[in-house]
Amino acid sequence: MWELVKSVAKHCAHNVLLAATADTEQKYQVGVSQSREQSAAAAAPISRPPVSLVSLPRRVRIVEVGPRDGLQNEKTIVPTPVKIEFINRLTRSGLKTVECTSFVSPKWVPQMADHSEVLKGIAKVPGVSYPVLVPNLKGLESALAAGVEEIAIFGAASESFSRKNINCSISESLARFGAVAQAAREKGVRVRGYVSCVVGCPYEGPIAPAAVARVTKTLLDMGCYEVSLGDTIGVGTPGTFRAMLQAVLDAHVPVHVLAVHCHDTYGQALANILTSLQMGVTVVDSAAAGLGGCPYARGASGNVSTEDLVYMLRGMGIETGVDLDLLLDAADYICAQIDRPTNSKVGRALCRKS
Amino acid sequence: MANLLQTTLCNVIMADDAVNHANNFVHQLVLFFSRHILITEYMIIMVCLIVMWELVKSVAKHCAHNVLLAAAADTEQKYQVGVSQSREQSAASAAPITRPPPPVSLPRRVRIVEVGPRDGLQNEKTVVPTQVKIEFINRLTRSGLKTVECTSFVSPKWVPQMADHSEVLKGITKVPGVSYPVLVPNLKGLESALAAGVEEIAIFGAASESFSRKNINCSIGESLARFGAVAQAAREKGVRVRGYVSCVVGCPYEGPIAPAAVARVTKTLLDMGCYEVSLGDTIGVGTPGTFAAMLQAVLDAHVPVHVLAVHCHDTYGQALANILTSLQMGVTVVDSAVAGLGGCPYARGASGNVSTEDLVYMLRGMGIETGVDLDLLLDAADYICAQIDRPTNSKVGRALCRKS
Repeated sequence: MWELVKSVAKHCAHNVLLAATADTEQKYQVGVSQSREQSAAAAAPISRPPVSLVSLPRRVRIVEVGPRDGLQNEKTIVPTPVKIEFINRLTRSGLKTVECTSFVSPKWVPQMADHSEVLKGIAKVPGVSYPVLVPNLKGLESALAAGVEEIAIFGAASESFSRKNINCSISESLARFGAVAQAAREKGVRVRGYVSCVVGCPYEGPIAPAAVARVTKTLLDMGCYEVSLGDTIGVGTPGTFRAMLQAVLDAHVPVHVLAVHCHDTYGQALANILTSLQMGVTVVDSAAAGLGGCPYARGASGNVSTEDLVYMLRGMGIETGVDLDLLLDAADYICAQIDRPTNSKVGRALCRKS
Repeated sequence: MANLLQTTLCNVIMADDAVNHANNFVHQLVLFFSRHILITEYMIIMVCLIVMWELVKSVAKHCAHNVLLAAAADTEQKYQVGVSQSREQSAASAAPITRPPPPVSLPRRVRIVEVGPRDGLQNEKTVVPTQVKIEFINRLTRSGLKTVECTSFVSPKWVPQMADHSEVLKGITKVPGVSYPVLVPNLKGLESALAAGVEEIAIFGAASESFSRKNINCSIGESLARFGAVAQAAREKGVRVRGYVSCVVGCPYEGPIAPAAVARVTKTLLDMGCYEVSLGDTIGVGTPGTFAAMLQAVLDAHVPVHVLAVHCHDTYGQALANILTSLQMGVTVVDSAVAGLGGCPYARGASGNVSTEDLVYMLRGMGIETGVDLDLLLDAADYICAQIDRPTNSKVGRALCRKS
């Protein structure tokens, strides 16, 4: 009787269960397919909010490199007080990171010979960072003596570029910078890394994304808090930028430590920056007035202009903390001082004196 | 009383009889069962079976209930896990920080509509000789461009640069498979264009009431009615009609423009027979955010994406970013002008059209086909820049150290 009871119970339970499961299964499938439809609809390009509106940061930090990357391309030496006033005006516009000079040998970059005076002379605002480029331990020593709190070091993703630019291989340069980074960190100085030629090299042509990933990881391992990926000759397009960034992310580099440094040599900078934002990047380098040319393409433009970048981000509802009018004032100032028209389209459109 | 007593006695006697009968019955029954023990046993067994069956049913129900609960809970869990996995996937695809978004949808091919000879040159103060215009258009065609907007049949009183419209249209070397649209403002202009052998015209409406009134001295509604007649007359002659909408993001007089207004004008142009509508950011104030919102409104109004083109001015340097956004939304036709010809009458000194070279450079880098040879395009740019004595506005042109 007990066995009979058990088997009857199972039979009844099974039948009722089948019915209920079928019902729940149907609910499950409907639920999953609804979720899938929602996912598919979210990715469909035709009649749903586009990718450009989805996956965007709420806030972007702009790293202003005009005083260093911009001015170092100028043949005419800019007086120290002008550099100081330029940096002060940039700070007043709300920029939180202003790369102000480079502790390289004056023999190589005469424009940056007054590095210590500039760093000591600027009105340092609390909460604003003033990184300086440092090529070696000697440069670090001078920077420390001038009260530096953040330095920048760089590696190239292109072997040829490394050899031509600083006369050593990538790994030799990274070993050298490893010592600089360690010494800086022992003094409590933050270290930012740069990678040059992340998409193309003037000597080698296209650069393998995996090479960029390797150099990026090495810089992070030596203690850089952030690595800026630089399209040094501006040949990148949204396609190649996406592939390069994807390789870096696939190498388990977290996106929040990445910045992009896009040159506008071929007019692609803002499109590349938009692509980077869509991939989660939240730090972008730029130069007020689009200062700086391109030593590899005579007559070509250099850095993307901070004004054009701020205009785009503002139009997309992304916070930068930068006041565009004050930024334009800073651009006007430096353009008047170096007697050069602005490279910024926003500057030109707003009929600024520059 | 006696009757009552008699009745009662009868009842008592009857009851007593009944009890006796019952007793007899039971007695007989007991005698029966005691004589037929087997039947008794069977009946006891039947009773037990009935009781057991009831017991079985209730146990089964109880078991079934518990098992069902467990199984349902299990299936429900699977369901929830499945749904939450799907939701996670959806959420992950929208998460901005540590996960790359899904690969974006991009077209494989983009058709470029070259507007340099019309939108570009009409901004030049110095009148360009007819032969130069013809040579310029021919060079553009040789670069592989499939649509070259070559002139405008407006009154020479308004646009002196375009006074030679008929000569240009008749003089160019028309390559089979290449379209040479001309701008036509009214029926008179259409008449002249037809006489010159036009095969495609372009008409335009504005999304801004103020711009319409200031630009062509009538309301949007009036202008569209006028163009409706032009479109109908053109189509009766077998001439294709392309539509333009101006000020799709911002207006120099009104400021920001409501996306719904753009959608309305677009639909009206399509209803009157335009095969395509080009959405123009006339003063270049658009950014990826505002461009996406505008395009979304047009698509939400059930305008199919394949009939849309974008015409981005680069006044604030936003053109390529806006074009990229448009491509990500499915747009496959883009207007541009070689050498970035043309300024902006609303922002002195500002640049105008996005340059075709910079556009081709971007599309080529993204693996999107255009059919355009960049070198031949740069040659065409060099030619016109030398002729009008003006440096190129194209960054690609400047980077490649072209003579322009």
